[in-house]
Amino acid sequence: MAQKTMIQAITDAMAVELANDDNVLVFGEDVGKNGGVFRATEGLQAKFGEDRVFDTPLAESGIGGLSIGLALEGFRPVPEIQFFGFILETMDSIGGQMARMRYRMGNTRQMPITIRAPFGGGVHTPEMHSDNFEGLITSFPGIRVVVPSNPYDAKGLLISAIRSNDPVMYLEHMKLYRSFRDEVPDGEYTVPLDQANVTRSGRDVTIVTYGAMVREATKAADELAKANIEAEVIDLRTIAPLDMKTIIASVEKTGRVVVVQEAQRQAGVGNQVISEISQRAILNLQAPIGFVAAPDTPFPFGQAETAWLPNANDIIAEVKKTVNF
Amino acid sequence: MINGKIDFAKIVDTESQEFPEIKVLNEAGEIIAPELDPQLTDEQLVALLSKMVFARTLDQRSTALNRQGRLGFYAPTAGHEASQVASEYAMDPGDFILPRYRDVPELVLHGLPLAKAFLWSRGHQMGNEYPDEFRALPPQIIIGAQYVQAAGIALGLKKRGRKQVAYAYTGDGGTSQGDFYEGINFAGHFKAPAIFVIENNGFAISVPRAEQTAAKTLAQKAVAAGIPGVVVDGMDALAVYQVMASAREWAIAGNGPVLIETLTYRYGPHTLSGDDPKRYRTPEMDQLWLSRDPLIRMRKYLTAKGLWSEEKENQLIDQYKAEIKAAIDEADQAPKQQVSDFLKNTYDVQPQNIQEQLQKFEQREAN
Repeated sequence: MAQKTMIQAITDAMAVELANDDNVLVFGEDVGKNGGVFRATEGLQAKFGEDRVFDTPLAESGIGGLSIGLALEGFRPVPEIQFFGFILETMDSIGGQMARMRYRMGNTRQMPITIRAPFGGGVHTPEMHSDNFEGLITSFPGIRVVVPSNPYDAKGLLISAIRSNDPVMYLEHMKLYRSFRDEVPDGEYTVPLDQANVTRSGRDVTIVTYGAMVREATKAADELAKANIEAEVIDLRTIAPLDMKTIIASVEKTGRVVVVQEAQRQAGVGNQVISEISQRAILNLQAPIGFVAAPDTPFPFGQAETAWLPNANDIIAEVKKTVNF
Repeated sequence: MINGKIDFAKIVDTESQEFPEIKVLNEAGEIIAPELDPQLTDEQLVALLSKMVFARTLDQRSTALNRQGRLGFYAPTAGHEASQVASEYAMDPGDFILPRYRDVPELVLHGLPLAKAFLWSRGHQMGNEYPDEFRALPPQIIIGAQYVQAAGIALGLKKRGRKQVAYAYTGDGGTSQGDFYEGINFAGHFKAPAIFVIENNGFAISVPRAEQTAAKTLAQKAVAAGIPGVVVDGMDALAVYQVMASAREWAIAGNGPVLIETLTYRYGPHTLSGDDPKRYRTPEMDQLWLSRDPLIRMRKYLTAKGLWSEEKENQLIDQYKAEIKAAIDEADQAPKQQVSDFLKNTYDVQPQNIQEQLQKFEQREAN
């Protein structure tokens, strides 16, 4: 057991699976000698060789197609898309081709592909790097979208994703890469896909969120506790498909919900969560569902991120509004 | 003044030097390039022409079945027999085909049961349920996607040490897609055994080849990827076979991919879903290409060798028609599709939403 950052946990997960299964391949732009622009693949090529961990030419659609072809030949590709802002270049491979392959071929073929991509705001990247495009991917049946919020989950979820026989879009929030450490067990362990995690228990209100907003929600909950408001925090972990059972169980207990996402109001997974709660538990609600999200503009310029991104204060205000309704 | 210091006209002229069109068998059925004759045995020549007759018969029957409302989506293939049949004939059974929608003949010749091809045309999931050992993907619709995927298959074959090749087919229009360039570039970089085939029939639906690109040939696009590019007479089965078989040898020897442009023509419309070629092609153009027909010249060649007769061909056509009838009858027996099966086929491990919806549809289907 060691204290690790999230990025160390991610590297560790890939090393575990590269060692476990010869069919696992790690590739992408700059992932080889350079170890990735964030160093997520640091040391992997030296340890596992150029046949297993390799650079590709700079073309995201090519990386998507390469992954599909390799998966059909029995490999478990773990491609990296250097920044999630570049994902639009590979949308046909993801949404049109790999997510549909099992369905299209009547369950005779599978796509065990885990696409990793750094995303999210707060680290002042240049334009078009950090966009919260996760909502786009969540609309494709056949692929899972996984977003870890801490180092322990990051390793366990990534190992589960690589072992899954279905494609997974695995999104790594850049602000979480090195901002804190967790106890991360050595060797292999898994965190299940498709299961949300109640990270904080509370009786008064349920906060449903994912990614970097889990930290903000937890901060808000600590603050709210001082005002005698006990918030339950749910970390979705798999943002598509949703674990509605966990969410509904909490809503039935608290009767109040605030959904929090870093993405724009029109863009993330929050609207799906709100829609499902409305259909399944509206009579349990004592107040309208609260929603904290970013404004409906394109992702902001680097220096304006702080003003644009939702934070703990926004969550506190929305929770109070809901509780005092 | 800096005008004229760099001679761009000369540069583009040098870059666009013609890629010679490889020909072996002329329209009179004579070998005009003995050094390139693949020297197939008599048995192989008969097999090759027989398969071409099968493809032509399948096209005629498919068109008729479509008009009778017994088939669904159909993209005619007549005129493409040399490009399609001779390229498949050069493959090993373990080679992998990534076709587009017009490449049904190659799939069937490679081992796809004909009834499945018909089910695919009709929009039935069983048409895409391929046997595990069948090395192909269903026809690609998103043109270009098969090129990037072929690079992946080919890299996989290389990593496994298999002496086999991935064949990706597209038309002339497909060479304008970004994925076309990414696919040939990836395969070239990885020296992956892929053969990229462009069936250049002169028109992407209605848009003529000249309006796709300023490049003089499509094969020359290989230059930028650092791989060989070849133009071949796509109405000449022996030339196509020679080029494909040679490309295959080159690829499995570890030299990387080859880009092959076959010059061909589709006699029919783009698809039978309403396209009218009279809007964009002239009767003179049709006549010119009909005179180059791939079957006519092979018939002449084989007849002169005493290997072929009209009677033999008619017998074959009757046999193929019977096979096609049996396959369409088999397709008629396919069970009605169920949404519950679609739900089961979407994930390996079913998430909650699928479980819930499955329950609903299974109940509905039981009633």
